Amino acid sequence: MKLFKNLNFDKLKEGLTKTREKIVNRISETIAGKAKLDTEILDEIEEVLLTSDIGFETSEAIITETKKRLKSVQERTEPVIIQAVKEVIEDLLRSSGSSDDFQPALEKHKPFVIIVVGINGAGKTTTIGKLAHNFKQSNLNVVIGAADTFRAAANEQLEIWAKRAGVEIIQKGQGTDPSSVVYETIQEAVQKKFDVAIIDTAGRLHTKMDLMEELKKINRTIKKVLPDAPHETFLVLDGTTGQNALVQAEEFAKSTPITGLVITKLDGTAKGGAIIQICHKQKYPIRYIGIGESIDDLQTFSPYEFVEALFS
Amino acid sequence: MLQDLSSKFDKILKKVTGQGKITEKNVSDTLREIRRILLDADVNFKVTKDFVESVSQKAMGQEVLVSVTPGQLLTKIFFDELVVLLGSESVSITLNPAGITKLMVVGLQGSGKTTFCGKLAKRLKSQGRKPLLVAADIYRPAAIEQLKILGKSIDVPVFSLDIKDARKIAQESMDYAKQVNCDTIILDTAGRLHVDQDMMTEVTDIKKIINPEEVLFVVDSMTGQDAVNSAKAFNEQVAFDGIVLTKMDGDAKGGCALSIRSVVGKPIKFICNGEKLDALDVFYPDRLASRILGKGDIVSLVEKAQEQFDEDEAAELEEKLRKNQLDFDTFLKQIKMIKKMGSISSLLGMIPGLGAQIKDAQIDEKALVRVEAIINSMTKEERKKPKILNGGRRKRIARGSGTSIQDVNRLVKQFNDMQQLFARMNKVGFKGRF
Repeated sequence: MKLFKNLNFDKLKEGLTKTREKIVNRISETIAGKAKLDTEILDEIEEVLLTSDIGFETSEAIITETKKRLKSVQERTEPVIIQAVKEVIEDLLRSSGSSDDFQPALEKHKPFVIIVVGINGAGKTTTIGKLAHNFKQSNLNVVIGAADTFRAAANEQLEIWAKRAGVEIIQKGQGTDPSSVVYETIQEAVQKKFDVAIIDTAGRLHTKMDLMEELKKINRTIKKVLPDAPHETFLVLDGTTGQNALVQAEEFAKSTPITGLVITKLDGTAKGGAIIQICHKQKYPIRYIGIGESIDDLQTFSPYEFVEALFS
Repeated sequence: MLQDLSSKFDKILKKVTGQGKITEKNVSDTLREIRRILLDADVNFKVTKDFVESVSQKAMGQEVLVSVTPGQLLTKIFFDELVVLLGSESVSITLNPAGITKLMVVGLQGSGKTTFCGKLAKRLKSQGRKPLLVAADIYRPAAIEQLKILGKSIDVPVFSLDIKDARKIAQESMDYAKQVNCDTIILDTAGRLHVDQDMMTEVTDIKKIINPEEVLFVVDSMTGQDAVNSAKAFNEQVAFDGIVLTKMDGDAKGGCALSIRSVVGKPIKFICNGEKLDALDVFYPDRLASRILGKGDIVSLVEKAQEQFDEDEAAELEEKLRKNQLDFDTFLKQIKMIKKMGSISSLLGMIPGLGAQIKDAQIDEKALVRVEAIINSMTKEERKKPKILNGGRRKRIARGSGTSIQDVNRLVKQFNDMQQLFARMNKVGFKGRF
């Protein structure tokens, strides 16, 4: 059962066009007429990587690895070098467990419980709307738990998404204990035999200890009803975020076991290179990418296509 | 906030200070490392390059010959350059004394526009203005509802229409403002990507319609290299007047502020540092620069205290700190102030020298309660003369406050550290400027 199709590959490509052009142009400029992979060229490639938010260490690692792989290669032409860089990046992405055909193991658990976490404004609620829509399209019964009881109108926003997706929603008033919403959602999911339960949480900065504690509590609450749940915990990262993405992943993981990442807002000019760093250093797989505001604009992440779109 | 950056600068500065002289080599090492720090802090690649170049020019130039220590000199050059990059002076927003002032808020999705609108309305209201919030985000589900809830919580009217036409909402808001006798319109627009041409046309149309005194561009402080692209595009099409930096209560290094400021040349006007509606600060470039350097900002600490307490008390505190007459009475007063001012972690970042030290510290807000109890169990004499706190007295205090002797010891040690810190600060100038 393939739930997500990469229908919007063109859209991602379109969004990443600027990056692609930039990288290719820069690399072409750099290596045109030069057959040798000298330090200067690598420095410039590094610059290109850095301006894509890939970060200092990861950029260096990519360069070093590219050098290593090209050591025994005689023909160091432009396409050869680009291909080498591409492969290094793709391998990095795959080393985190990111694959081209991720599917949540929905058949193994019923209800299949997903928690969505992230900082304020990352795009959690929108992502949940899109996820719910996709599950629903595959004829699964979905219930959403509106556990963002903090932000003004968060409930209303989620309710609209639930309506669009045609799924159930459990909500309580602003200011109520999020754990009680979670409890009710999971109970409901079990009793009414829902296939999927998705929990929306309030956006929280990973520096707020008390809110991170609250996440732990939400996890404990879920386990009270379903000891093996949650089955997936997705951290939503804003694709325009720079080096802080790494810190976010690290800090959120301390309160809740992250099983995958969702990268949003990749339809702009941001390169989303921070995810390459996360794959390099923290090994969290990337599962989905958000490339627009409409309900269909969520794709399964594919390392191959991501890198291709970046360079093609 | 910028503590990470501060702590890295601290490290470098320590490396540099104590060496006899800035040689071409040790400066170039430092500069290379600074380049790395800036890149890690999300400062745009090109901005970083320019910055490092300009610092290196100054460091290598005539000024190196001035008879100060190399460390001080280099520190000063960094600081000055950072201030230049951030903009040299703080700028407030334009408010019409008569007639209706129109303010417009634009930015990418999720940058924090709606929350900022609520904060700004609250701020203006407390200054005696009569704000009207206008909900022109007709796209994001429940965005209008969110603004309405915010407006209600601060008792500020919210104008919205149940139509999918942001231009019309903008147009009619002006008449409505007159009707309800409001003098300041704060118009919240939908988040949009700078590459979305239809949406960019909409926002430029709205600008033409309401002809605002100020357009504010809201940007998430965690934004990476792309910050310059979006800021540039927004500026070219909407020509904004100022920048609002949000989510500064996180630990993002905020380097994008440097990038945007230097690329579009518009001033940063506000800093948002919390989810509560009073978590709004005016932006002072020199403060941010000193914060980046880990020198903190005692000025803004005192100012913040002034806002909420009477001026005499604040002046007295400043005087005591200046004369290094810190005793437990002052300490207790401070704690009470701090508790009223908000989260301790946000305040600690402002204290010079603490930036680097508290980076990994988890702030236990309950600790304050214990501290208060301990001080309350001290005699008047003990509070005035902390030096007399011997073992016996400490034991008694611990019993009296229901804490352990270790707690008391820790407090006394912290107190002594703080005293030394202020003494050091006084030596180098109160404003924390070196």
